[in-house]
Amino acid sequence: MMRQRGLFVLLLLAFIAVPFIAGALGNTYMITMATRVLICAMVAVSLDLLVGWGGLVSFGHAAFFGLGGYVVAIAATHATQGGDIFGWGGTNEALIAWPLAMLVSAGAALVIGALSLRTSGVYFIMITLAFAQMLYFVFVALKVYGGDDGLSMTSRNLLAGARITDARSFYWICLILLAVVVALVGRLLNARFGLVLRGAKASERRMAALGFPVYRYRLVAFVIAGAIAGLAGALWANLGRFAAPDMLSWLRSGEFLVMVILGGSASLLGPVLGAAVFLILETQLAAHTEHWQVIFGPLVVLAALYMPMGLWGYVRGRSS
Amino acid sequence: MIAALELKGLSKSFGALRANDDIDLSIREHECHAIIGPNGAGKSTLIGLLTGEILPDRGQVLLFGEDITHWSVPRRALAGLGRSFQITQIVPGFSALDNVALAVQGRSGHSFQFVADARADMRLRAPAIEALEQVGLSARADVMSEILSHGERRQLELAMALALKPRVLLLDEPMAGMGPQESALMVQRLIALKGQVTIVLIEHDMDVVFALADRVSVLVAGQVLTSGTPDEVRADRRVRAAYLGGEVA
Repeated sequence: MMRQRGLFVLLLLAFIAVPFIAGALGNTYMITMATRVLICAMVAVSLDLLVGWGGLVSFGHAAFFGLGGYVVAIAATHATQGGDIFGWGGTNEALIAWPLAMLVSAGAALVIGALSLRTSGVYFIMITLAFAQMLYFVFVALKVYGGDDGLSMTSRNLLAGARITDARSFYWICLILLAVVVALVGRLLNARFGLVLRGAKASERRMAALGFPVYRYRLVAFVIAGAIAGLAGALWANLGRFAAPDMLSWLRSGEFLVMVILGGSASLLGPVLGAAVFLILETQLAAHTEHWQVIFGPLVVLAALYMPMGLWGYVRGRSS
Repeated sequence: MIAALELKGLSKSFGALRANDDIDLSIREHECHAIIGPNGAGKSTLIGLLTGEILPDRGQVLLFGEDITHWSVPRRALAGLGRSFQITQIVPGFSALDNVALAVQGRSGHSFQFVADARADMRLRAPAIEALEQVGLSARADVMSEILSHGERRQLELAMALALKPRVLLLDEPMAGMGPQESALMVQRLIALKGQVTIVLIEHDMDVVFALADRVSVLVAGQVLTSGTPDEVRADRRVRAAYLGGEVA
């Protein structure tokens, strides 16, 4: 537990150092890159709540990420260019748009989860994948909001009326939000709710025999994870000022799963590490060859074979 | 007097197989009622029907007079039907105490609490320690459950069932896989429970059954062949022919 704390502080310090290092090097791209890591880490942490802690392998988590992105992009489009959606004129205010993104993603997670959680194992994987693909094609077909070209935002959201065009400020916002998400998920996992979720992963029969309606607890976890992914999607759309159907695609869902597994599932911070390593490797390899996946794929396979507990398990084992 | 558990015409078929066929059984409050039968007699199906993991084709299950035939597993558990599993079902990565505390948590209202550390909650810990003491496992409270020996896990299994404070306790082969010494200790612990809680005991070991049971029901080919005191059952020719064979000579 103490070691876990130490690594947490180390990771946090590394993230805090990024803008200063980038400033010293005069490399602003580095901040954008690190912001991407923070946002993907947020999705990975939320996905791990289901996969690692709940034993629920969702292959459609990108759906909630993409929905969150579209909510802010659509709201911003109406606020700046007129028109309305369901009679609402949109907003460019983050304090309204971001919670709304979480709410919409949570609502979608409630519906998708309610149906998917009636299945288990490989069926659960397939049905979550199917729902995400359905939503993907909805946005591809939605010509009003750009169809498969995606939807641009003319500017980032305003935060309490203030502009956040500066890469550094946006980075800090993302870092604070990730820290809050990690802290809340960490609390949740050791609260009564988390223990039920973890117990149900080990033995659903036992938990039912102890009086827990397991389905309800899993559904709430699914909704919480969806809401967090929605917030991450809202941040992602703000980062690139763009939302596109590929945010919801099954490739995305797969990438998030790789981040979780690479970093180490059921370890709270492993997914953060996984997201960082995934994105850094991806950009480094892609700089050398467009066929970067030829190298990246085998690396992931090797990691899965020789680091069954993921990077986090490896680091923690080494530091003991 | 109302029966603690009453089965009326309970039937369940899997395809052409009548796993449980028109079972009538009445289990009195505070008795220890053993259900025995050869392999394939329908004991597992019967447990499933009692706990709610399997729903019957016909018939009724009454818990203290209340019809629970169509209740879900967790609802039955909260109504006072506790159980232990033949194959130990514990949560690895949790200590023995964590496992039992989870059982206490089960009966103490909903668990939609997201912030407070459940492991620091004495309302869960204290009754859990009590249950561990009851089965003689309190010295191993902080040991990770996956490190416990097989016998200790069986004790933990019992502690979890007890922590639910059941009115009816369903024990599914509580001695499964135990050595003779461990088994004898477990019998002592179960004898200590007698009279405090209604026990339905599924067990293969005849010595255990005859040491513990107030009454015995014999299940053969999905039907109740007979019910009675251990002595009556032991003396029954049909039982000896169908099940006991030469064992009780």
